[in-house]
Amino acid sequence: MNAARNPLDTVTFDGPKATQGYNLNKMCYSFNEASAREAFKANEADYCDRFGLTREQKDAIRERDILRLLELGGSIYYLAKFAGLLGLSVQDVGGLQTGMSTEEFKQKLVRAGE
Amino acid sequence: MAKLIGAVGTSHIPAIGKAMDQGLEQTPYWKDFFDAYPPVRTWLDEQQPDIAVVFYNDHGLSFFLDKKPTYAIGTAPEYTNADEGWGIQPIAPITGETELSWHIVNTLIDDEFDVTVCQELRVDHGLTVPMTLLWPNEQYRKIKVIPVAINCERHPMPKPSRSYKLGQSIGRAIQSWSGDEKVVVLGTGGLSHQLDGARAGFINKEFDLFCMEKLVSDPGALLGYTNADLTEIAGAQGVELAMWLAMRGALEGDVKLLHQNYHIPVSNTGAGLMLLEPA
Repeated sequence: MNAARNPLDTVTFDGPKATQGYNLNKMCYSFNEASAREAFKANEADYCDRFGLTREQKDAIRERDILRLLELGGSIYYLAKFAGLLGLSVQDVGGLQTGMSTEEFKQKLVRAGE
Repeated sequence: MAKLIGAVGTSHIPAIGKAMDQGLEQTPYWKDFFDAYPPVRTWLDEQQPDIAVVFYNDHGLSFFLDKKPTYAIGTAPEYTNADEGWGIQPIAPITGETELSWHIVNTLIDDEFDVTVCQELRVDHGLTVPMTLLWPNEQYRKIKVIPVAINCERHPMPKPSRSYKLGQSIGRAIQSWSGDEKVVVLGTGGLSHQLDGARAGFINKEFDLFCMEKLVSDPGALLGYTNADLTEIAGAQGVELAMWLAMRGALEGDVKLLHQNYHIPVSNTGAGLMLLEPA
């Protein structure tokens, strides 16, 4: 319980983070449109450049590194659209962030109800 | 005079919409969750509300960070849903309401809630999932909806106590409306959950059950929490308690609990359901 209550485990998405991540989030917001998702898939690096992502943000996008994207100003609401584009569910994303398989992550959720 | 007939608190998780799209309601994973809803649907069917005021949060469909209102209210005759990027099927348009909406806007501004007023708004799963859950098979289209969006994404967010007061003001607006419509209030989202970071998957059942009890008997006991407290105790997205507080604020005074359910997990969350009537 103590570890779970540690707020240091969470990047607070506040004003400075929203400033840092604006272009990254704007790109992920564009993924509401099917045409944008197709354009990204056709040429990821080019699509990132169109939105002016930093080198670090581009690397994290390429590596599908959700934790790093959060550190670089990503909001989970927009990163969820990036995950959706990749065909990942929120349980897949949960697993990626916690070092678990999707199945292990789902079991962790079930245990929370016991 | 318009009549505030009751309130429903419900989860709004996108996976619920997908499960309904795919007809999975009676599969083992979903059965306990969906089986809690018929009593609420029956009550709605008996009561026949004309209007639903729906507290929800937009998750990046209508509102991006370029213009992110702290509180926003719709005054449009219709609201559309759209592709959110990850596979939930958009639903047919939601019917809006313009007269009580503007009366609520006037009341809110008089009460010093300087809300953003939207004459056009695309509504996301935060609003559409509860509508399809409570009124399946497009029956939701007969209900006129007044959407009220609360920023639950980017800090600073409104204080939980402030959202309760927003609900109180909207409740007074409904009660003072000259029309004879029956109005139900929906609080959507929550309860405890966290999607982001190394703490993803955090759920706090004990706190959720505490909140559900206090929402009925003593909402004042929940008004001291800050959003930082809620992030710590209920997860980063546990701040969605704001919508339940606004719902309860609208139904000020003693209430009667007609039905409730709590189920873990639905997707990454503890899913609450609550039906309240004025006592």
